[in-house]
Amino acid sequence: MRIGVFVCHCGTNIGGTVDSHQVAEEAKQFPHVAYSTDYLYTCSEPGQQEIQQAIKEHNLDGVVVAACSPIMHENTFRRTIERAGLNRYMFEMANIREHCSWIGEDKEANTRKAIELVRMAVAKVANNVHLHPSYFDVNKRVLVIGAGVAGMQAALDCAEGGLDVVLVEKKSSIGGRMAQLDKTFPTVDCSICILGPKMVDVGQHDKIKLYTYSEIEDISGYVGNYTVKIRRKATYVDWAKCTGCGLCMEKCPSKKAFDYHNEGVAYTTAINIPFPQAIPKKARIDPKYCRQFTKGKCGVCAKVCPVGAINYEMEDEIITEEVGAIIVATGYGLMNIEELGEYGAGRYPDVITGIQYERLLNASGPTQGHIVRPSDGEEPKRIVFISCAGSRDLSLGRPYCSNFCCMYIAKQAILTRDHIPNSDVYVFYIDIRAPGKGYEEFVRRAQEEYGAQYIRGRVSRVYPRGRHMIVKGVDTLLGTQVEVDADLVVLATAATCAPGAEELAEKLRISYDGYGFYIESHPKLRPVETNTSGIFLAGACQGPKDIPASVGQGSAAASKVLALFSKDKLESDPQIAQVDESRCIGCLKCAETCPFGAIEERELRDGRIVARVIETVCQGCGLCTATCPPGAIQLQQFTDNQIIAEVEALCQAWKERSSG
Amino acid sequence: MKGDRYAYFPGCSQKGTAVEYGISSRKVAEALGVELVEIEDWSCCGATPAHTVDRLLSGALAARNLATAEKMGLATLVTPCPACLVASKNALELAQDDESLKELNELLDLPFKAEIQAKSLLQIIFEEVGVDALAQKVKKPLKGMRLAPYYGCLLTRPPERAQFDDPENPISIDRILEALGAEVPDFPFKTECCGAAFGLPKRDMVLTLSGKILDMAQQIGADGIVLACSLCQQNLDLRQGQINSHLGTNFEIPIFYITQMIGLAFGFSSKEMGLDRHAVHPDKLLKKWEEKLKE
Repeated sequence: MRIGVFVCHCGTNIGGTVDSHQVAEEAKQFPHVAYSTDYLYTCSEPGQQEIQQAIKEHNLDGVVVAACSPIMHENTFRRTIERAGLNRYMFEMANIREHCSWIGEDKEANTRKAIELVRMAVAKVANNVHLHPSYFDVNKRVLVIGAGVAGMQAALDCAEGGLDVVLVEKKSSIGGRMAQLDKTFPTVDCSICILGPKMVDVGQHDKIKLYTYSEIEDISGYVGNYTVKIRRKATYVDWAKCTGCGLCMEKCPSKKAFDYHNEGVAYTTAINIPFPQAIPKKARIDPKYCRQFTKGKCGVCAKVCPVGAINYEMEDEIITEEVGAIIVATGYGLMNIEELGEYGAGRYPDVITGIQYERLLNASGPTQGHIVRPSDGEEPKRIVFISCAGSRDLSLGRPYCSNFCCMYIAKQAILTRDHIPNSDVYVFYIDIRAPGKGYEEFVRRAQEEYGAQYIRGRVSRVYPRGRHMIVKGVDTLLGTQVEVDADLVVLATAATCAPGAEELAEKLRISYDGYGFYIESHPKLRPVETNTSGIFLAGACQGPKDIPASVGQGSAAASKVLALFSKDKLESDPQIAQVDESRCIGCLKCAETCPFGAIEERELRDGRIVARVIETVCQGCGLCTATCPPGAIQLQQFTDNQIIAEVEALCQAWKERSSG
Repeated sequence: MKGDRYAYFPGCSQKGTAVEYGISSRKVAEALGVELVEIEDWSCCGATPAHTVDRLLSGALAARNLATAEKMGLATLVTPCPACLVASKNALELAQDDESLKELNELLDLPFKAEIQAKSLLQIIFEEVGVDALAQKVKKPLKGMRLAPYYGCLLTRPPERAQFDDPENPISIDRILEALGAEVPDFPFKTECCGAAFGLPKRDMVLTLSGKILDMAQQIGADGIVLACSLCQQNLDLRQGQINSHLGTNFEIPIFYITQMIGLAFGFSSKEMGLDRHAVHPDKLLKKWEEKLKE
């Protein structure tokens, strides 16, 4: 075997603390090495050309690149050697940057370690075999989870691209957070006016199959072939019959049901349609408040429904859908106001959240757009907004910025002065974060045109004095304590991950951060992909995002799915487990340990039971190979022989060093 | 109630300025079956001045008492005083570091393992006795008393050290008073600072801050303030006259220790609870209460 070794300097990233030239020189002594050199940037175009040239000139049949992490460039170099006519799996990467130069300052020790890593890689590639991918069919349907603005955009873009879309939404209507908003920044256009038509498009699109009031029960399969079980929760109303006339709501005697759409600033009826523009415009019974369920008798809605759609016996239904890709757009949640003890912790009715205030501003909200104090229904004259209520606060475990609060507070300040021209508006802020297009100008308008008084500093306490709320804080520009006597206090509460985000991530096998937000493949270069192929992210499920960013990501995720589905067949990675049937004893311990369910039982012609790997499901994790008692199951490219060869090379290095 | 024995650390205040806090603590603990074993030959915890001067030496002051309690074979140090509690907790925190623990052991004349816990008497009553058990022992419910629960700055803070109740909206005294039958309004200034130990160097500051607390109590119509810190009590009660002349007010708000109120509800006399030792006499409130009880 003739192996070429290419040692990278990566500028000073590696070259600063590893003598790359010496590593290349040492490598010339290793068995099978026919050519060895070092280069400033191996991943650059000339760097790759040098590899290809060397393959031809020196008739190489295996290549080792000692550079950065294989996560970064393994595929780059595999393509490089493939273009020079080698099998792409005749390649190994020694990570002498992350595992070597970046973590130690002792150049001599680093160089020694780099030499050992290269030696191991050479020993491994000498045992590599040609692997070939197989191809499998793709089911060109896509599942979108979450029908807020990001999910809707993704669903529409996919559908317009000709794909069949399954759109699953937890709530009984689509629209998400945006449907709750009154106006949007920085244009101050009516939120539902721009969202409504999109909602109708989604509802009526013949390529979008919409499941609202539904949740993901289970997901199995792999890119191209996912099987999804969807739980359609019982609405106790037959939606095929319901016309959305609203008669049931008028007559329902249980009028104190929690109103999710209005964030609890108002009550709704136990049977309700969440808002006038809801899609689908169908009623649902909340059994927590329905007298038929809580007291066992009522039945008013069933009596008045002109089409007989009410069905108290309805049960949850599980539906199975087959899709090839998944877009996750589950959005965000909001911090529980009761965690903010210093601001009244839900004890004082006149301390509300930004989204509750949004509902008060909204013409279709509980007050028809009139701003009133929850405590006595009077119009407030002095309103204080507090930004970063729970965000950027390490003591509450949320050190991150909630992204959109500075902007929506500016918007709400403007709208407040519009609604109540003789009002005083105060905004307590830490600093203003307005980096979007037209954002900074918008905040200035709130201050200069609308006279919102911005006070830079945190609020330490909000407490009642008589009928007013006293907001006690600090003005860090004046260097003094301030107290504002307010009629109403609005908190820009921290954005959190969506409720249940972690559980869904477990079902999808995607990763999430310490706050429950989903982690993208690469924060800069692969922002809508996850590390599970075929699953994409859109919107605030990945971190707090405003509408333009969410829509942009929705479209981006859709384009990724369309690109994925542009091929009729997908390549499967051949680096998967393989069973040597002659050695397999059929104990199926491998099947028990496999986290992906990729191993099934198979009966041979002679009646012997053996394990079989489902190629497309296997993720190449290697758990089964570590479990198998007779060593019958081997992970291609990581076989026992290859790993032993690496260990031997390492031991050989140590032996030579101790004797020399 | 686990019936545990606790190492009792009274600290200087329970033997001096807040002797009634000490008396009522012991009596109430006994009534609740909480055994308080006073730490032998205890010394000053370091309280306010020591930690501003030398962290290690102040740690050693508190550690001496903790080590003695450990030697006595007790698992938890209990003190009614929040300042003593914080000093003890700081010493335990310091001892988490092996190097510091070694230095502490060198300073002390007895071995310190730092395996003991430190809790306030309030925490023991709230968490280990529990409000239900407390309610069962009430003989004379605090009917008709509207009491403002006041925690001050130290009892629940810093949260990572205190490990008790909510730092911003604590509720333990609220719940205990409710269990005793009192009316407990929302007290917005429950964690405001009274001025603490600034009574000597900056008296104006204490008079202003404590005055605000009294003012808020009056605004919410409280008959009295209930607290668990001897320094807060001193600032609000003993200095109430000074506050009145400083601010031109005429507050007359009795300031109680939580243990005194538990004791009253358990049927101890006001004298047994040391209420006669307070600067602002609670006679009016007690009379009103007695009448309410007769109803």
